Amino acid sequence: METLFFILSWTQPTINALAIAALSLFFLWMLGGRFLMPAAWGRFADSHLVYSFRRDAVAKGSLGILLVLLVASFACPWIAPTNPYDPASLDLMMAQTPPAWMEGGEPDQLPAFVLGADDQGRDLLSTMLYGMRVSLVIGIGAVLLQAVLGIAIGLTAGYLGKRVEMLLMRLADVQLSFSTLLVAIFIGAMFRTAFGVASYERLAVPILICIIGLAEWPQYARTVRASVLAEKKKEYVEAARVVGLPAWRIMLRHILPNTLSPVLVISTVQVANAMMTEAGLSFLGFGMPVTQPSLGSLINTGFEYLLSGSWWITIFPGALLVVLILSINLLGDFCRDVMNPRLYKGM
Amino acid sequence: MIAFLIRRLLQACIVMGVISLIGFSLRHTVGDPVREMYGMSVSAEVRAEARERLGLNDPIIVQYFRFLKNAVQGDLGNSLFYQKPALEVILSKAPATLELVFTSALLITLLSVPCGIYSAIHPRRLLSRIILGVSTVGVSVPVFFTALMCISLFSITLGWLPSFGRGELTPLFGGAWETGFLTWSGIKHLIMPSFALTSIMLPLFIRLVRAEMMEVLQMDYVKYARAKGLSERRIYWVHAFRNTLLPVITVGGVQLGILIAFTILTETVFNWKGLGGMFKEAVDRGDTSLLVAYMVVVGALFVVVNTVVDVIYGMVNPMVRVVGRK
Repeated sequence: METLFFILSWTQPTINALAIAALSLFFLWMLGGRFLMPAAWGRFADSHLVYSFRRDAVAKGSLGILLVLLVASFACPWIAPTNPYDPASLDLMMAQTPPAWMEGGEPDQLPAFVLGADDQGRDLLSTMLYGMRVSLVIGIGAVLLQAVLGIAIGLTAGYLGKRVEMLLMRLADVQLSFSTLLVAIFIGAMFRTAFGVASYERLAVPILICIIGLAEWPQYARTVRASVLAEKKKEYVEAARVVGLPAWRIMLRHILPNTLSPVLVISTVQVANAMMTEAGLSFLGFGMPVTQPSLGSLINTGFEYLLSGSWWITIFPGALLVVLILSINLLGDFCRDVMNPRLYKGM
Repeated sequence: MIAFLIRRLLQACIVMGVISLIGFSLRHTVGDPVREMYGMSVSAEVRAEARERLGLNDPIIVQYFRFLKNAVQGDLGNSLFYQKPALEVILSKAPATLELVFTSALLITLLSVPCGIYSAIHPRRLLSRIILGVSTVGVSVPVFFTALMCISLFSITLGWLPSFGRGELTPLFGGAWETGFLTWSGIKHLIMPSFALTSIMLPLFIRLVRAEMMEVLQMDYVKYARAKGLSERRIYWVHAFRNTLLPVITVGGVQLGILIAFTILTETVFNWKGLGGMFKEAVDRGDTSLLVAYMVVVGALFVVVNTVVDVIYGMVNPMVRVVGRK
């Protein structure tokens, strides 16, 4: 049990290592794509997607904001003025310090306390940056889990059909008809009562990823199944079957790649949804603990101080969360409009 | 039609069975009824005797069927905190939540239909762009943050609206239902919570109405009506809008059920004494019986809403009936 805790508790070094790996992979892909594979890059740059993107100011703006926020959150150990996870940074004397430009602020301590301090005297800006990283890690992790579950189930249901399809899709329907938030809250409440509050808080990040992943897979399953049904009738699948390929190979190597574009389209919006659910759970107190707050739990802490006039603890993290989700949603809308052929033909 | 109805009802029963199974296993694994009854300070013999009397030593299947039998008769166990039957607690809290959900549903219907239709008819006008822009922003703001902003603006800065509670209540039906609709204070307390709850669903509904209306407007029969020289208003409201309603009602019915989930967040912020707030308190207090009871009741509510919506859809749309006969 202890080893499990050890592996699962997401300590600082693991998150950092993962984040650096992801960021550098991303930049390598951007740069390497351009110089190492000029042909593929050229095809990508000439595509309908890039063309529409260049002409769409909203999409460009939101991608810009999103990139800035992504880099800021994953680079937080280097750019944040203080480390909010370090118990030494807690200073109750500084609790509820207003932002630097307000009366009672601490302008001589800049860059610390630019946006004031939270109820435990942590620098609010640093706590927000670290919190945004937690929200993003949970959002992306949950979507990966949803995608894996949903794609596997949707693919199996769509390809095998008959009884299996009936069973799996009924399950998805039933789960979808209960709002995902409610399902997440139920699973969260169950985990919390079953594990006890202490271990729940130690394992909060992986548990939240599991909860949100389990609550929202039906979206993927439905999308994938719908496209599998359309692909299954095509001749290349017939051909693969005639050649005698095993079912799993036809599913994974032949049908799956052709169903990926709707999956990508819903993925952006799903990340935003997952982050919303996480914020909701944290706001209710079923999410991230105060020691490692996400944006949602920061808003929750600030709520208690809102009535006494310390508005910044709530409003700044809330605004950051809204900007983050909004930019993801706008990008998602853009992708959906561009990649949905029915729409762009009709307009 | 009857075959379709039976199949749908059977499905509802299966779903309720699954919900009860989850509820039972939750109660079985998490709660300890003996400790709930006697606390910690009883001897082992009393404890063992109580276990025998409560039937906790019976096989699990027997216990599950007993749970099922009690649940069907309306006995979902006693709430640990309130020391009352859980169903009674839930029924006493339900009116508050239902009033909130009802008000929001009304607001959503009244606002989404005109907004959606306007932006479908004139997609390029400034007002439609504003409607769509606001609804995209609306989707991106978490419901509890909307609620907090409202409190911060209207209660703290301006001091216009009260920030928590339900205000003055009037008992109806001999005290079984306490309503806030009849006093000015009750309505003032209702404004912000219902607005916050509306804000989460309204954008989805506007988009739904708009998308359906746009699709209908492209159809041949609308072109034909135009060619026939009917007035624009008649085409929009009589021909197009009626065909928009069907999908909107079916999706809408299900979505309105989902509002119940968001009451948990809204009621927590506004300290609204309803089901959502009760659920959160039950989790915080570890009140397993109440939690399970809430799950079963809300699950039943969802199943009923979904079944009714499906049946209505089946009655209106002949295609479903044909498939059902096969």
